[in-house]
Amino acid sequence: MAEVFQAIGAATALSSTNVFNSKRVLFSYRRSVSERKTSVCTLRSDGSLFSGLSSRGRKAEPLTAVATKTESSTASVASKPGHELLLYEALREGLEEEMEKDPTVCVIGEDVGHYGGSYKVTKGLAKKYGDLRVLDTPIAENSFTGMAIGAAMTGLRPIIEGMNMGFLLLAFNQISNNCGMLHYTSGGQFTIPAVIRGPGGVGRQLGPEHSQCLESYFLAIPGIQMVACSTPYNAKGLMKAAIRSENPVILFEHVLLYNLKERIPDEEYVLNLEEAEMVRPGKQVTILTYSRMRHSVLLAAKTLVNKGYDPEIIDIRSLKPFDLYTIGNSVKKTRRVLIVEECMQTGGIGASLAAAIYKNFFYELDDAIVCLSSKDVPTGYAGSLEEWTLVQEADIVTAVEDFFKPKELRRNSGS
Amino acid sequence: MALTHRSPNLLKPLATAASLSVITQPLRRPFSTDDTTPITVETSVPFTGHKCDPPSRTVETTPKELMTFFRDMATMRRMEIAADSLYKAKLIRGFCHLYDGQEAVAVGMEAAITKKDCIITAYRDHCLYLGRGGTLVEAFSELMGRQAGCSKGKGGSMHFYKKDSGFYGGHGIVGAQVPLGCGLAFAQKYSKEEHVTFALYGDGAANQGQLFEALNMAALWDLPAILVCENNHYGMGTAEWRAAKSPAYYKRGDYVPGLKVDGMDALAVKQACKFAKEHALKNGPIILEMDTYRYHGHSMSDPGSTYRTRDEITGVRQERDPIERIRKLVLSHELATEKELKDMEKEIRKEVDEAIAKAKESPMPDPSELFTNVYVKGFGVEAFGADRKEVRAALP
Repeated sequence: MAEVFQAIGAATALSSTNVFNSKRVLFSYRRSVSERKTSVCTLRSDGSLFSGLSSRGRKAEPLTAVATKTESSTASVASKPGHELLLYEALREGLEEEMEKDPTVCVIGEDVGHYGGSYKVTKGLAKKYGDLRVLDTPIAENSFTGMAIGAAMTGLRPIIEGMNMGFLLLAFNQISNNCGMLHYTSGGQFTIPAVIRGPGGVGRQLGPEHSQCLESYFLAIPGIQMVACSTPYNAKGLMKAAIRSENPVILFEHVLLYNLKERIPDEEYVLNLEEAEMVRPGKQVTILTYSRMRHSVLLAAKTLVNKGYDPEIIDIRSLKPFDLYTIGNSVKKTRRVLIVEECMQTGGIGASLAAAIYKNFFYELDDAIVCLSSKDVPTGYAGSLEEWTLVQEADIVTAVEDFFKPKELRRNSGS
Repeated sequence: MALTHRSPNLLKPLATAASLSVITQPLRRPFSTDDTTPITVETSVPFTGHKCDPPSRTVETTPKELMTFFRDMATMRRMEIAADSLYKAKLIRGFCHLYDGQEAVAVGMEAAITKKDCIITAYRDHCLYLGRGGTLVEAFSELMGRQAGCSKGKGGSMHFYKKDSGFYGGHGIVGAQVPLGCGLAFAQKYSKEEHVTFALYGDGAANQGQLFEALNMAALWDLPAILVCENNHYGMGTAEWRAAKSPAYYKRGDYVPGLKVDGMDALAVKQACKFAKEHALKNGPIILEMDTYRYHGHSMSDPGSTYRTRDEITGVRQERDPIERIRKLVLSHELATEKELKDMEKEIRKEVDEAIAKAKESPMPDPSELFTNVYVKGFGVEAFGADRKEVRAALP
């Protein structure tokens, strides 16, 4: 009944001076796959892990999650080094594991079956699980989303793939009214354990209609959860968590991140849907970001660190609800917030996040929140237009430097 | 004038009302109301088929079934009239769409199927809820927004649900329930159950694109979905001939077979639903068009007389009323006397009044109910927000 914990690599205490690379945060627990007992895993957002027998049970002794692989010193057994794969393969792995485990999990979308998925996330699954479980639909987003939600009402766990999240605008009624609200309007009778996933965001000159960021459009819908993945590690973990969740979850992937490579553990792991990820602890300024912008921020961070700054980078991952615990602790520490996102400036995720931070942590702030987002224009086709619409690394570096300049000398007004 | 253009084909099915029942058994035999001796009745009009062979006009029924029909329809009628008064007394607010006149569709359908088959409909759902086993108290409580309501007061008139007897609601957005219905059928096929789904929609919703999208998919994958168009000839204030180029809704499925049914004849509805269920389990989707009529306006805020004449309404009520049809059948087969039926109606009226009184006693939802049921506590997260000290996740 007690879970066995294995920290991969070394277990060293986290200190804020370590360069904390998300790739190295690996923890796992081993349990027999065949049994489905409820086990509680309590994860603190500072990275330490508690194992408990049940939510009311005693806690075992705490284990700290790993820092870097190179320092192989103390304690725990070094487990297998894991395997390397691309982000879309990680998504597929997570999906396949869940489909293997639970026969009610099915995939519904355009070209997911025989074609293997437009981004190869479902490649090979139709051959393995059959045409009904990996269902190729006609091009009818509104109704196949509705169909999947109807199936979810009876207890199936469909995963709806939008070939591009922008196409889900056609299904907005079904997502808002039926997916999000049905649990409430039926007084709790129906649960909708559906997952809606797909790539969104700005690609390479895909044009205005195929470069949309829909996160903020769905943000106000009560009853849904939204997460955004950014690395193969969190993609697989979030995919599994989303499938297991009883709530409808929208998983935002990014078109440009599908070929990101990373080493992930061999053991099974599931991530927490409501938790943000501490990418790099720091002391001077909190940078909140998600999805593709995380990688831009990491690149900018290299420049910043060379210039002597110490940013704390948090990948918020959970877009609805915001992980105000992690964010709040960070704000209390650094007292400056920079939000970097790909969403629009007006009504984007950053705007809502800034409002939430102001509402809860106003007195912890030394400076106004700066929110770097895409300009309020459709993303043009020309490469130069696309570049000017999005946030670039130079903008991020400028914004962080500006925090430490007097107001008259600030170059970036945060727009 | 718009009103004069219409042909009075709403009254057509009554042509054979004179020969309402062709009785093949002697008249004078006394039946007890619990008897299950079969009685054979002919429907008022024959069925019209599209790409299928329509079922026969001759329906088998029993005294017990006829009495059940009468009682159920009378209860539904009484409930809708009572809801009308409650609305005018401002105890029911918002939207209230009444089903009186269309009761035959609800009872006829129930007689042909089991509780494992699913029904999903739009917002005119009070009587279908009762047909699926909902109680009067739950219905009235929900209408008045009380805790004892079927959706705990959170849904209202348009959102009645009863999961345990396969009633999936109760939907406010016109046409959105049809893809959901095809999804229910998909789940039934996925789980290899031998059950069907009836997705009901109105003549107004028949012009929605998502309906045809869902129909295409249902036909493509042979889903056991039966799409039932409750054609009451008016989409709110717009008559069907002003909204649809082809008001033959049973034909609109094109490659999907269809059947036109007299929706004011409960026995015809029963026969059609039985036929449709057999068809759907073998061959995939089928469309049923129920030719029916609503006496009230579209909702309580619509008087119902600006787009149709009062003569039309009273005409249909006199000639095609579903309860009157069953009453005549019952009387002609001597299953009960006129007085017994009247007593039954009085009893039902009393039942409904008592249910309303009981529903009024139920309290309004608590403030604590505001945030319940937004999310399911499925993943075990107990607290989130600025103050939580730990994130607790229960992994399955």
